[in-house]
Amino acid sequence: MPSLSRETVRAGTRGIVATLLVAALIAIGSRNLAHFDAALVGYTFATLFAVFGITYRYSMWLQRPPTALYWRRGWQAFFSRDRLLTNLAAWPKRVIGVFALNNFIFRRSRPRWAAHWLIMWGCLLAAAITFPLVFGWIHFQTPADDFERYRVYVFGFPTFSFRIESMVGGLIFHGLVWASFLVIAGVMIAMRRRMRDRGAEAVQQFGEDFLPLILLFAVSITGLMLTASYTWMKGYAYDFLAIVHAACVIFTLLWLPFGKFFHIFQRPAQLGVSFYKDAGRAGEQAVCRNCEQPFASMVHVEDLIRVERELGYSYEMQGVGEDAVNHYQYICPRCRRLSMAWAQGRLWQAGRGREVTDRPGIVDVAAIMEAASAPATTTEHA
Amino acid sequence: MSVPGHLNFYIDPARCIGCQACVQACTECDTHKGISMIHLETVDRAHSTQTIPVVCMHCDSPTCAEVCPADAIKRTPDGVVQSARKPRCIACNNCVLACPFGVPKMKVEFELMMKCDMCYDRSSIGLKPMCASVCPSQALFFGTREEIEAARPQSAPIDRFQFGNQTITTKVKMMGPRSVAGARPEHLDVTAALDPNPPGRSISLGVLNGSR
Repeated sequence: MPSLSRETVRAGTRGIVATLLVAALIAIGSRNLAHFDAALVGYTFATLFAVFGITYRYSMWLQRPPTALYWRRGWQAFFSRDRLLTNLAAWPKRVIGVFALNNFIFRRSRPRWAAHWLIMWGCLLAAAITFPLVFGWIHFQTPADDFERYRVYVFGFPTFSFRIESMVGGLIFHGLVWASFLVIAGVMIAMRRRMRDRGAEAVQQFGEDFLPLILLFAVSITGLMLTASYTWMKGYAYDFLAIVHAACVIFTLLWLPFGKFFHIFQRPAQLGVSFYKDAGRAGEQAVCRNCEQPFASMVHVEDLIRVERELGYSYEMQGVGEDAVNHYQYICPRCRRLSMAWAQGRLWQAGRGREVTDRPGIVDVAAIMEAASAPATTTEHA
Repeated sequence: MSVPGHLNFYIDPARCIGCQACVQACTECDTHKGISMIHLETVDRAHSTQTIPVVCMHCDSPTCAEVCPADAIKRTPDGVVQSARKPRCIACNNCVLACPFGVPKMKVEFELMMKCDMCYDRSSIGLKPMCASVCPSQALFFGTREEIEAARPQSAPIDRFQFGNQTITTKVKMMGPRSVAGARPEHLDVTAALDPNPPGRSISLGVLNGSR
């Protein structure tokens, strides 16, 4: 039997710990399952599986050499003593801009932004309602003295109350309906793009790109069917619809760690990277050893050298002399592109049996102009 | 859909005339609409007319993908290294700095790395990438090995590149001489071309002396 790698064991352990933690929170939050709805047990187990899967994959992802390094660097950059205040000030703006408003997606494409924004907020709203209800963290009780009201209990503690027939009541009880509307609208926009955009058509895959949209649509539409069934159709086919809806939700939960949905958990790394880049800009800059122009932060270049070595790459260069370039990473991207032309030119010089020069094809135009203008000057003076 | 196995991309910087047709055509590609992914570099404007079009070489083991902390860069089974996946890319710039050929572009406003994907919407159905379809000097050529060998009998494609101690093999091939000192060149040593003494270097009269 093949032995498990250290990374796998570590990720598995973290997955189990996270799952047990959520299970314990369910027990505590529902007051020893007193407020736990047994009909929702399927959802609960699917969620626990999703927690294990997400933690496992996240942990495996964090153990990749580049991810591990930049994860560490992101936190170091954020908490660095001389930048902490600046970072704390910048943090809310970035969270709102990147996560609440998705401003970077807005700049990529308006329809893409509209689709993502609607789906994201629809899903967040649905998750904020569903998970606490399923786990028994939130439940509603009618106060003994007023049958017209509901009081909301969070983790068993009483909070605010509202009139059942009020607008607030309607909004709260139909929260999942509003979430469905958002998700369905977003899915429609996204699906339209996937069906009409030739660029998307070339690279999209069923599992990666269509399945998540289909799942979101299925969850939303079956959820709306349940509402329609009990509101206007006297519960017609309710049991069947409840099973179909549960199956859709459970499949989506099980799919969370594997497909596109996993980006939800990866994406916050964007914030760490932004603080790392800020710190890099404020620090020493790496200067290209060929053109002598700054092109990146020194810390980034050195981190990259480290990552490349860990990955088994060997871009070390044997130079001569004190200033010799000892790693290709110290050459800027533009000089790398130019060196392809130089290298090809040198090969052709060698192929034609000519002297191989440093810069084949490079002509000292100034010298030629000088040489060309010299006789003319002489003639003029004569 | 995948790029047909008998079709290859060949680049020959020595043939580039710097006309910018590739740069313009690249913007027409459906996978990165309106944004040109090709780098057309003027090698040394003061001293030469030489230019080089740089497209993604589509490495067999892409360093850009390996160093990506978000695991956002994927290589399709037909060997094409795709642009960063939009949901995953966190705009860290690692790929831009790590690519040995200097290919990826960071679109800061999109917080997204974008790169040449060999016009996958076209090449995956057997059409020429936009740049190759317009290149008048065929510095960028997309076709069969037989076609390129018939058109350029003195040249041979090279798909191994040396960067210091690192050898990189690529899907895209660069044209070089068929023979150097009686033997077929096995690789192109890119870093050997980097000048060890950059400032105040001596310059040779390469082109006007008739070296090409």
